[in-house]
Amino acid sequence: MKTKEIVLPGDFIDERKGRKLDTGVYLEGNNVFSKVLGISKVDENEISVIALSGAYIPKVGDRVIGIIDEVEISGWSVDINSPYTAFLPFSEAVEEFVDMSRTDLSRYFDIGNIIYCRVSKVTKNKVVQVSMDDMAAKKLYGGITLKVTPTKIPRMIGRGGSMISLIKTKTNCEIIPGQNGVVWIRGEDKTKAIETILTVEKESHTVGLTEKIEEMLA
Amino acid sequence: MRKDGRQSDQLREIKMKLDVVTVANGSAEVRFGNTVALAAAYGPRGLFPRHLQESEACRLRCRYNMAPFSVDERKSPGPDRRSVEISKVIRLALGPTIFLEDFPRAGIDGFIEIIQADGSTRVTGINALSLALASAGIPMKDLAVACSVGKIDDTLIVDLNGEEDNNSQADMAFAMLLSKNLVTLLQMDGILTKDELIELLNMAKSSCEKIYEMQKSVLKEKYSGE
Amino acid sequence: MEEYAIELIERGKRIDGRNFDEFRKIEIKTNVAGNAEGSATVKLGETEVIAGVKMEIAKPFEDTPNEGVLVVNAEFSPLASPDFESGPPSENAVELARIVDRGIRESKAIKMDELVIEAGEKVWGIFIDIHIINHKGNLIDAAALAAITALSNTRVPKIVDEKIVRKEFERRLPVEHQPITVSVCKLGNKYILDPLLEEENILDAKLSVAIMEDDRICALQKQGNKGLEFDEIETMIDLAMEKSKEIRKLIG
Repeated sequence: MKTKEIVLPGDFIDERKGRKLDTGVYLEGNNVFSKVLGISKVDENEISVIALSGAYIPKVGDRVIGIIDEVEISGWSVDINSPYTAFLPFSEAVEEFVDMSRTDLSRYFDIGNIIYCRVSKVTKNKVVQVSMDDMAAKKLYGGITLKVTPTKIPRMIGRGGSMISLIKTKTNCEIIPGQNGVVWIRGEDKTKAIETILTVEKESHTVGLTEKIEEMLA
Repeated sequence: MRKDGRQSDQLREIKMKLDVVTVANGSAEVRFGNTVALAAAYGPRGLFPRHLQESEACRLRCRYNMAPFSVDERKSPGPDRRSVEISKVIRLALGPTIFLEDFPRAGIDGFIEIIQADGSTRVTGINALSLALASAGIPMKDLAVACSVGKIDDTLIVDLNGEEDNNSQADMAFAMLLSKNLVTLLQMDGILTKDELIELLNMAKSSCEKIYEMQKSVLKEKYSGE
Repeated sequence: MEEYAIELIERGKRIDGRNFDEFRKIEIKTNVAGNAEGSATVKLGETEVIAGVKMEIAKPFEDTPNEGVLVVNAEFSPLASPDFESGPPSENAVELARIVDRGIRESKAIKMDELVIEAGEKVWGIFIDIHIINHKGNLIDAAALAAITALSNTRVPKIVDEKIVRKEFERRLPVEHQPITVSVCKLGNKYILDPLLEEENILDAKLSVAIMEDDRICALQKQGNKGLEFDEIETMIDLAMEKSKEIRKLIG
């Protein structure tokens, strides 16, 4: 069993032993190998490797920060920081009844607008649809967006949100990290927030990161 | 003993460095003696124009290019027939290891620039691009590793430098996925008996094993050497 | 059709009923292009390729002032296949030309030092142009065979007053070796020779081997999207060697 080790594509991790396989690994016979340069995560139930870099590949349920790319006829094309552009259908974003042939959808969302939405559908060929049909979804006004390695977002959020809460409180900024690696920040002084976030990104795999961040924010 | 003092199965001094092209998703510089190759990997990224997305599969493109100042007599800029062929064999050397099926309708691009040429440029390039792809987080079955072997003055040798390349009786470019025992690049020109060829294949595999260890170290060091 | 081809091969058969190591009917014709100094067409079943050799006066390369010059070019004209496009040579056309070139050049098939006209200044340039006429698979083997056959039937024109007199010849081109290229294709764990177009589209990997008459190997090129097991390379080379002997007999 090799957990929390730096592994490379082709490195042998462990025998499967009936466990669930998550991201970053592949199976050959009964043996599990790493697909990527990353950190191994092995326990009694699951084997995975968290990549240390890489693009965002959308998964249903992910909450992401998107930027409106294009206003189309029945919805919007959204840049979700992925090789795959997402589509936000009108019906998934606006509750009103509207005559689409006579309405310019840009009055709801225009090119450049930032939204917090949920990946609602991903086809086999990775055609992606997002939705804003739940309470958490919203348009984000002002602020800036920062791109980080998507696999580092969980570390940035921390257990139960502890890391991100700490950063928000100490920097007095509103921060929403999207699972697609896009982080939205709004506040008067964003410098400290940006610096901290970039440090987490760079050192996400190191021991003692929480202490270091606490020090930086003190 | 060879003109540069090496044993027949001795590689030149090898240096590997990551993140030399910081705007790329992954990059590396690899030196084998005086041969210097720079590689950058981009992707997976969206494919444009849109019609390229028609095909379901991920599109892998590789471009090998020699800088005009990389050789003694200036080489005209731009692709020549040799570069076109080498770009193709490099793509086929790396294709089998990448999980292309994870990225339908997307593209992965690998670029190799030879800054200094002293023999065995395509294999040096492959070693660099392999590192760049891993560094970019692109999922692969294994790191591809490559080397050259050949015959000069009736002796079988590894890692040909420029002079040996020009005066060899045979030279072979070879790349493998070691943990899968799979050969992904094999080109030879010259004249060899079958026995010599088999012997060279074994020498190539051994040399690759040494280079592979170096590739693995340099990747691990990026994250553990802090 | 390709799905069917895979199914058949798994059961030990091929779409056209051939054995795995069997070539289609080989037809070779020489002197088919009257204005060329040497020419040949090769048909492997329906695949047809024509090679024409032109001899021109050329300046020798600096590092070989007393040797002739060899240039091999391949044209994948859109006439020959719905998959060929007009324009500069595709990577496959470039690769084919270079594989054929290496087979001839590395085997030292042509005695290049017997092609000097004026030491250091003028030499014979041998220009081999390969045109695909009909692409139904296995272009490399067909092209290499057409090239070496054309060369073996090439005659060197006379030079009078520093000008070439076409159609009057002083001797045959000095061709010393006849390398034969055989491409061995891997499909799963089976090997087939002389693939049909449908078979080429489904193969895992291909190893093209150029072999001389004394069984020495003068060129190797692996192609295809998948890798080759390290240990099967020798098996594939053996298959190519066996077959090359049969084919060489046809050149005459």
